[in-house]
Amino acid sequence: MSVAVSGGVPITAARPASREAYVEDVVRAFTIATMFWGIAAFTVGVLIAFQLAFPALNFGLEWTSFGRVRPLHTSAAIFAFGGNALLGTSFFVVQRTCRAPLFGGALPAWFIFWGYQLFIVLAGTGYLMGITQGKEYAEPEWYTDLWLTIVWVAYLIVFAGTLIKRREPHIYVANWFYLAFIITIAMLHIVNNLAVPVSFTGTKSYGAFAGVQDAMIQWWYGHNAVGFFLTAGFLGMMYYFIPKAAERPVYSYRLSIIHFWALIFLYIWAGPHHLHYTALPDWTQTLGMVFSIMLWMPSWGGMINGIMTLSGAWDKLRTNPSLRFTVTAVAFYGMSTFEGPVMSVKPVNALSHYTDWTIGHVHSGALGWVAFVTFGAMYYLVPVLWRRKGLWSQTLVEWHFWTATLGIVLYITSMWVSGIMQGLMWRAYDDMGFLQYSFVETVAAMHPYYIIRGMGGVLFLTGAIIMAFNLIRTVKHGQPLAEDRPAGLVAAE
Amino acid sequence: MKFSHAIVEKNVVILALLTLITVSIGGLVQIVPLFSIETTIERVGGVRPYTPLEQMGRNIYIREGCYVCHSQQIRTFRDEVERYGPYSLAAESMYDHPFQWGSKRIGPDLARVGGKYSNDWHVAHLKDPRAVVPESIMPTYAFLASRPLSVPNIQDHLKTLRTVGVPYTDDMIANAAADLKAQADPDADTSGLLKRYPKAVVGKFNTESPELTEMDALVAYLQMLGTLVEFSKLQPEDLHQ
Repeated sequence: MSVAVSGGVPITAARPASREAYVEDVVRAFTIATMFWGIAAFTVGVLIAFQLAFPALNFGLEWTSFGRVRPLHTSAAIFAFGGNALLGTSFFVVQRTCRAPLFGGALPAWFIFWGYQLFIVLAGTGYLMGITQGKEYAEPEWYTDLWLTIVWVAYLIVFAGTLIKRREPHIYVANWFYLAFIITIAMLHIVNNLAVPVSFTGTKSYGAFAGVQDAMIQWWYGHNAVGFFLTAGFLGMMYYFIPKAAERPVYSYRLSIIHFWALIFLYIWAGPHHLHYTALPDWTQTLGMVFSIMLWMPSWGGMINGIMTLSGAWDKLRTNPSLRFTVTAVAFYGMSTFEGPVMSVKPVNALSHYTDWTIGHVHSGALGWVAFVTFGAMYYLVPVLWRRKGLWSQTLVEWHFWTATLGIVLYITSMWVSGIMQGLMWRAYDDMGFLQYSFVETVAAMHPYYIIRGMGGVLFLTGAIIMAFNLIRTVKHGQPLAEDRPAGLVAAE
Repeated sequence: MKFSHAIVEKNVVILALLTLITVSIGGLVQIVPLFSIETTIERVGGVRPYTPLEQMGRNIYIREGCYVCHSQQIRTFRDEVERYGPYSLAAESMYDHPFQWGSKRIGPDLARVGGKYSNDWHVAHLKDPRAVVPESIMPTYAFLASRPLSVPNIQDHLKTLRTVGVPYTDDMIANAAADLKAQADPDADTSGLLKRYPKAVVGKFNTESPELTEMDALVAYLQMLGTLVEFSKLQPEDLHQ
């Protein structure tokens, strides 16, 4: 791998191996937290999916109503499941690719771990009690936002500090993506959450921006939570775990440079496509659309770079559980980053916006890309971190893969059908020139698709439970590696 | 001189700075002009800050996550204008901290729901949506009807909103507590309130409780949505952005 980074010059030899051990306890903790929050997020997702089919499942209680639980689901999926996966893998990858233990040692890393879990609990319990800013994916109130800012700055210091003390001449490509993710999320988080609390002893605050400017800033934030949290960070994962599992260097070094700079430059512009045909000025909408379409290129460049890394190692897809998930994830990434630009084209968006099509699109990215690449990373990491020869059961990996894949297919196809149908019903006219359907008729028409979507969610959740069981068995009963070497002595990772 | 990417790959500070610059450009180009171009917000009359009761209703709307299912943004399409009313203007949400345009219509758009249904309908619907609309999938909000609205620091809310740019006057802030009660009190003298907040809907919204409840606040908010701008008096030039 290091060969790939340095553009052909072998640099792995003649470097002193580290005598310090990598900080791995905290990575193990992040791995456990990822699985825990993943299952929590999927469970809540299944609940709210069925609430839309059967409103009795809101239980008539304020704490369990869809409006409060839906932010719990999105935050649990993005920040708890995705966030723990990103923090954990970034700490693993940066140490190995820099051949240096974490900057500051274990203590700051543990602060980041527990600080981040506290952020999740503060945010999640707040939603159920109705404490929210009312901005999608930025719901936590001012005190939770401040706390996350502190944790995030510590994270940046530890990550960048580790890069600075690296024992490799080059910074590996996975770390560029992780670094861009950390920096950009800091920028987005701070600007979008600027607010003035009503009282420093109370939870309520009022945001600094209003109306159309607030909308633009929110979707600049919201779309780049996708672009940098759910894409750039996870591309960092792709650039480490696929080459490692395939035992091949990254397909193209040049492509990874173009991929990186083009992706981070273009993504930031895409936000206004969430605001087509609204009161946002046309010039902003048009810019958002044009850049969203251009974004297709770096997205597919990255996909090609990930998948082509398997050149000459395609057979490993059959035998390597990690690769099967990560490569399928990259395929889903390619699909949803094709669908995204299509949906950002204004006439298409006229039909798709406000409908379930958007929800399906998000989940082809969230389940197919984010979750699958995380599953692949976890299947790789657990045996490595707990010094096991391999996973406890390959058969269970097969079961996980197919139940989860089938779940995604049910989810996204049902949402395509319901979304396009709802969009068409809203704009349908009868022979007399009147609107053909009342709104509630379009709601009633969604019922079967909401059930199918819920079943897709159940399958996906089942797969994750199978995975958790398999990983627990691997830790508890897996065959230990014959030679239990301290991790720090492994030189050429 | 030939540029080599290796320089960037070997220096964390350069990599981080170039990254920060690269990711800043798009946001600067798209966001900053929205504050400086005056026509971003159309010059239409009628838009005013929310009454204390409406603002508290709005906070309940946000607390319950209504925005995850209801948009408040009518797009510029014939079918949307026929279904919901004139398309939404930027001016109409200029005092919205935060904006509640939404992104999904699990339920219908609410940008112009004000005045379309009676107060009693709203109360009955919020208490049990399926009693009024059998196919509805909305959760029930019966607890709002019995929960007293308690905002001891209503002045602080208005002052905070003034800090972030809502033009509440000293008069509005001084009378905030009285206005909060008067709007839902059929016996109160509302002339001062209506002078401060033209077009405010007054009266007891939730007739099932003699007290001022959260239901009163939420319905007061819903009943004013989209009613402030007189569209019959607008010329196309007024809407130029």
